[in-house]
Amino acid sequence: MSAPARRPVAVVSFAQARNVRREASRNEVELLMPVVSEVFAAIGASKDDMGFICSGSTDYLVGGPFSFVTALDAVGVWPPRAESHVEMDGAFALYEAWVLMQEGAIDAALVYSFGRSSPGDVTEILALQLDPYVTAPLWPSPVALAALQAQALIDAGEATEEELAEVAARNRSAARANPNAQVVSDASPEELLADEYVVAPLRRHALPPITDGAAAIVLAAGEKAREWRERPAWITGIDHRIETHALGCRDLTRSPSTALAAERAGLFEGPPVDLAEVHAPFAHQELIVRRALELGDAVTVNPSGGALAANPVMSAGLIRIGEAAARIWAAESERAVAHATSGPCLQQNLVCVLDASDGAVVGGGA
Amino acid sequence: MAERCAVVGVGQTLLRSKRDDVSIPGLVREAAKAALADAGVGWDDIDAVVIGKAPDMFEGTMMPELSLAPALGAVGKPMFRVHTAGSVGGSTALVAAHLVAAGIHERVLTVAYEKQSDSDAMWALSVPQPFSAPLLAGAGGYFAPHIRAYMRRSGAPEHIGRIVAVKDRLNALKNPYAHLHLPDIDLKMVEESVMLWDPLRYLEACPSSDGAAAMVLASEGALGSPAFPPAWVHGMAMRSEPTMFAGRDQVSPRAGRECVADVFGQAGVTRPREQIDVAEVYVPFSWYEPMWLENLGFAEPGEGWKLTESGATAMDGDIPWNCSGGVLSSNPIGASGMLRFLEAAMQVRGQAGEHQIDGARLALGHAYGGGSQFFAMWVVGAAKP
Repeated sequence: MSAPARRPVAVVSFAQARNVRREASRNEVELLMPVVSEVFAAIGASKDDMGFICSGSTDYLVGGPFSFVTALDAVGVWPPRAESHVEMDGAFALYEAWVLMQEGAIDAALVYSFGRSSPGDVTEILALQLDPYVTAPLWPSPVALAALQAQALIDAGEATEEELAEVAARNRSAARANPNAQVVSDASPEELLADEYVVAPLRRHALPPITDGAAAIVLAAGEKAREWRERPAWITGIDHRIETHALGCRDLTRSPSTALAAERAGLFEGPPVDLAEVHAPFAHQELIVRRALELGDAVTVNPSGGALAANPVMSAGLIRIGEAAARIWAAESERAVAHATSGPCLQQNLVCVLDASDGAVVGGGA
Repeated sequence: MAERCAVVGVGQTLLRSKRDDVSIPGLVREAAKAALADAGVGWDDIDAVVIGKAPDMFEGTMMPELSLAPALGAVGKPMFRVHTAGSVGGSTALVAAHLVAAGIHERVLTVAYEKQSDSDAMWALSVPQPFSAPLLAGAGGYFAPHIRAYMRRSGAPEHIGRIVAVKDRLNALKNPYAHLHLPDIDLKMVEESVMLWDPLRYLEACPSSDGAAAMVLASEGALGSPAFPPAWVHGMAMRSEPTMFAGRDQVSPRAGRECVADVFGQAGVTRPREQIDVAEVYVPFSWYEPMWLENLGFAEPGEGWKLTESGATAMDGDIPWNCSGGVLSSNPIGASGMLRFLEAAMQVRGQAGEHQIDGARLALGHAYGGGSQFFAMWVVGAAKP
């Protein structure tokens, strides 16, 4: 089926906190506020230009209810504003804003997200995402679940431990050029294979770092986008899909939800992308997502270093969209794809196609 | 809005203090299946699922939409999770309605729930935060001073809250889904109930409930053959303002006034008391009826309590509020806002049974949350906008 035409909406500004293992002296709000200031300053915009504000965060990282409220108070919604919050990665907050902008009444929106993984034990916290009756009481860590997925991939003959090391080496080497990256390294895959297993077959290098971070994006429509950014990154398609939660019911070596979201976002129509920012917290997941997105060898994957270089929970997906957009602004890419994930073993996935041209905006929907 | 959007199916669970006969997936599926049946559609007809609930700590699960995806038939579809504090049930319905209005999807299932008996909401509201004054009083303790401020400002006499407490519970007797069924309630019983947060007595506060609500929203081209006529969305809006700052009017928040002005503007409502036939408004504590009567423009400032006292908001009054029994009779927190939106739709579809207002054509659904700083509203009507 052909998707209906969409209103051209672009990513025109992006800012993120420098990703660190532990923000010792700043709380979530103090981490976020400079990022929000920067995302406006970069384009000479202000909060007053925003017709909508949407954020993504989770109470469980903060350890208290309504953690989005203090952040919103600091961003400042006075006079009152149209505003919403998702208990999801900021990439999904961006989706909500994009949907609203399709109706034509709103020309600009602020999207932000934040999360500090350092105050608690993020592996225990993420276990609480699991089905509360059967799986969560076993407290499996996300590393253990990812290891099951990696082993399934290796058993299927679709990855080797050497390939996981290559993914890690490439991402962390690329991160050298990213001033906000947390983990950078020039170690070769051979050197990385000397790491100990954390949970076999995953060695230390195949795991994401634990990160405190925050990010913000401004979306703008039509002429407003051109006014703020000479070469806006137009969202030509965006879609997200979820799979079943029961790990035993999934083929963990595949990501059908990524493939379906990509199809609906129009990734497989028009010219191929030249760049991808993939949200793959574990090295083997990049291989799965690359396959689902049908990325060829010519595509530059994760020039930012990806989630292996910095994995601020709740922001890492939004950052992928921002990093991809920034490459289009800089004319380093003509057409790019950004991907965000949520849930155990890539359960839920969002795909956003960005283009230097605002023609043929498609995708989304059923 | 770009595309017309209508409610074509509604479903709710029995709202009770403990639904220990079902798991959380069982609870949300009960409401969703009822909504699908009412809409006359199956799981395959649904393009996307939008789910909302209040803080995850209320049940002790993080981002529960992940584990609820299969129970809601969402596998292979977009599934979206909204959380905007107490207004979330309303905001969730609005996010779903925007997916239709923006032309993204033809038919969206939206669900909201709370299973308060699985955990302790009071505890979850009171986790100590660094550098923040602990709020160990619950929501009633937070709102009681605002109620006192309203009473002082308006000169309302003490018994007004009790009138609302009785009226909404008598309405609940006509709603088989309602949690509280108190056939013997009267002003004296409310007055003799224990004082919780002065001036709020026990029977002037909402209960703690388990329950879920669901709706099927459809575009004009995908109405199908629902059991009742569609309830068309005539206007919808969300507004937020900061929690506290010097000069903030917490009794009649500006965000509420501007939200309703936006919604009524879209719906062409200029005289709400005359044009709105019935309203489902988020009244978790009795005094919020007169307060919201003023905030929403049904009464002039200081006059809301007189409307309540006159009986205008009773089922046989000229502007019936909360014929379902409202939040005062059932409070599955995350679902409470959606129940207001859903009950408004039921009224204009003519499917409200014993608590139906005959001939209701235009209805307001309202939700608020946080410290009266988050608002979500819609106006639905029997006529196509």
